[in-house]
Amino acid sequence: MLRDTTSKVVLFGGIAIILLGAMMPNWIVNQLMFGFSRALAILGLLVLWRTGLVSFGHAFYFGLGAYTVAIVDIQLGVTDVFIRLLGGAIIAGFAGFVIGFIMRNYRDIFFAMLNTAISMVLYGIIVKTESLGSTDGFAISLPTIFGIAPETKYPLFVIITMIAMISALAVNFYLKTTVGRLTTPIRDNEIRVEYLGFSVAHAIHLKYTISAVLAGGAGALMAMSLGQVDPDSMINWTVSGELVFITILSGPGNVIAPFIGSLVFEVLRTYAFELAPQAWQLIVGATFLTIIFFLPGGIWSLIAKLGRKNS
Amino acid sequence: METFLTILLDGLQFSSYLFIVSAGLTIIFGVMKILNVCHGSFYAWGAYTAAFFIGKFSDMGMPDAVGFLIIVAAAIAVGVVLGFIIEQGILKYMYQRDEVLIVLATFGLFLVLEDIILIAFGTDPYFAYQPMALLDSVEMGGIIRDVYGLSLIGVATMVAVGCWFLLNKTKWGVILKAVIFDREMGISMGINVPFVYTLTFIGGAILGGLGGAYIAPTISVAPGLGTEVIVLSFAVVVVGGMGSIAGAAIGSLIIGILRALAVHELPQVELFVVFAVMAIVLVFRPEGLFAPAKPRKI
Amino acid sequence: MTRAAPILEIRDLLKTFGAVVAAKDINIDISRGEIVGIIGANGAGKTCFVNMVTGYLSPTSGSITFEGVELVGKGPREVTHAGISRSFQVSQVFHSMTVAENLRIALAIAENRGVNALRIMESDALEAKCNDVLKRYKLEDYRDMTVSVLSQGIRKLLDIAMAVVSEPRILLLDEPTSGISVEEKFDFMDVVMGALREDNVTVLFVEHDMEIVERYVSRVLAFYQGEIIADMSPDKALADDKVQEFVIGKRH
Repeated sequence: MLRDTTSKVVLFGGIAIILLGAMMPNWIVNQLMFGFSRALAILGLLVLWRTGLVSFGHAFYFGLGAYTVAIVDIQLGVTDVFIRLLGGAIIAGFAGFVIGFIMRNYRDIFFAMLNTAISMVLYGIIVKTESLGSTDGFAISLPTIFGIAPETKYPLFVIITMIAMISALAVNFYLKTTVGRLTTPIRDNEIRVEYLGFSVAHAIHLKYTISAVLAGGAGALMAMSLGQVDPDSMINWTVSGELVFITILSGPGNVIAPFIGSLVFEVLRTYAFELAPQAWQLIVGATFLTIIFFLPGGIWSLIAKLGRKNS
Repeated sequence: METFLTILLDGLQFSSYLFIVSAGLTIIFGVMKILNVCHGSFYAWGAYTAAFFIGKFSDMGMPDAVGFLIIVAAAIAVGVVLGFIIEQGILKYMYQRDEVLIVLATFGLFLVLEDIILIAFGTDPYFAYQPMALLDSVEMGGIIRDVYGLSLIGVATMVAVGCWFLLNKTKWGVILKAVIFDREMGISMGINVPFVYTLTFIGGAILGGLGGAYIAPTISVAPGLGTEVIVLSFAVVVVGGMGSIAGAAIGSLIIGILRALAVHELPQVELFVVFAVMAIVLVFRPEGLFAPAKPRKI
Repeated sequence: MTRAAPILEIRDLLKTFGAVVAAKDINIDISRGEIVGIIGANGAGKTCFVNMVTGYLSPTSGSITFEGVELVGKGPREVTHAGISRSFQVSQVFHSMTVAENLRIALAIAENRGVNALRIMESDALEAKCNDVLKRYKLEDYRDMTVSVLSQGIRKLLDIAMAVVSEPRILLLDEPTSGISVEEKFDFMDVVMGALREDNVTVLFVEHDMEIVERYVSRVLAFYQGEIIADMSPDKALADDKVQEFVIGKRH
């Protein structure tokens, strides 16, 4: 399972980052936490993107994961980081599994829009419900690890990085299985896949559910990293749009791509806001157009090209 | 009785501006098969341009009635300038690409245009109440309504009739319908499809701008205007059927009245109900209520 | 001619689309190992027939029994699992993948059923089988080329090869030589039929080219307006008056 280059890079890169993290200033650790959290959602969208499916509503699962953390914190007093994470991932995953029964029959624009509609239903509910925080959201108490409340962000950072590594390795493995390989074939020719003997609906359902679990986990980790949740930064369709942007920015070529793309996004966001807060959306939009026109394989395609030149 | 009338009129007004915007969105989708996310920007630009110039002209001492001319001019200017630049500068190069990719490109354009508004007009809200104040208010059925709001319903009706006339009674309508049904057949029949695409996009953009321009006097024109309108017009177009003007009309009515009902009777579901309807339609009748018939290929 | 029980029995097949009758009174028995040609003018109902046998379309009424099992009501996936595969008039392949990748995924789907689909796809056994298929269908030179740059002829070979990897007992070929130049048709069919003969597959193929039909089949089914107007050996079929008039187009 760990034979290929990608897995080795994930493993050793991850360990290196964990070790380096102990020496890095807080603001870098924060960026990495946010970036890696979000990257989990992008991993799921990558699998769907390879299959030819783009969801414009995955903030639904991201938000479900984040709000689950908020609710178990406030209503149940749960502070353990693993329970919170699992809670978020499982609830989002379950929702994805159920919605997947319907979603697996949709493609193209309809797939994108049905996801948007569902995510905006959740947005509408939360924004108008006081007990769910409305537009203000909730603050989240610091997570504990095995009952211990850490004094710095470092332990949380280590956990997030480890979850990121495990997820990347898991998705990498999945993409090598027979059903995992049914991304490009489904995108290219669904009818042929059916005629070869595999249920396209089942394959898509599985991928969708996986993407929901990942997005839910991402939301949970993000909520814990930020220390707060609110609908406009976690469930609104603009958040879904951001997730799609990072997916395209990263490129679908490799499971490492989402992490690079997410980090680039974090850095871009931080500096763009400092330099020119009015121009953040413009930068994202312009980058989006540039990638679509000139670099459809995303940042990863550049890295792959460099790798080829050196080998 | 009064509440019923209030809800009905609120609903109709809401439906009206939604229809004007969505008609543009749906015609662009029907002809070009593009779900134009930056349609929200046309709306926002129309609103800002109208509000800005109404304010300026009012400062110069011009009569308030000029505001109406400005509204129409703003819509046309936004539609022609932005529509032309976007279609010729970006979209033209993408027609053979995946339709989802084109949607993503229009999303990128939306983001760019939103920020250009911030840069051009600043973050403070604009108020251009003059046309609305000019028309004053009227009492009907026991309630008082702004005539301006009622005029919005009139404008939407004119747009609807105009579109119906264009599509069903003119040669242009025949050409549009041909391209909607089968672009390639249209080309082989000698239709200048690229030209039709450009005109359609500009026309749709003008409608988007008109929706924003006409609503500007009734609201505070502030950043973020486009964001909400896009998802609402998506909902309209999904419910009514993508590519159908009649569908956009019915969809706007359904969503407008539902929203008015929610605002007055059950405010908690105001946002949720629109998208719930959108989701339900997508699940049970994804083509929408009035989708143009699609011939089965192969 | 074998006298064994037929492996495919079709009884009273009827297919209507509203007022249009696409297939009517279809009654056929196919025995194991037969090579059958299906001929008929365009619109006669040949592809509709293939679509019904492979589960893509449901007949309005009638039955299709394969090795004793009723196929009507099953979709293409289940029909493939049962043992019937098809190729397509316009080759249905994965155009952004290479020839070898196309074959590998076809093999993997056929071999790794159920829970096995969650195991890693690549293996030495899979690679060996892939090489074997590439060799039998003379596709070795194209193995690492992306399908989208390849000619129709190669794509059709690949299309057929992919249908065969599931080791079907019946193979339906829908106009295998259409789109292939006249000079190459025979070489093409030689490769295909040679590879198929090795596995003793029962083959039904839809074909317009009568020379191909004469050379490779032992039995001809002629369609006209949804009905079978002839069911006999090639020489008799081609001499038959009705076939002459309605399929070949000769007027008297």
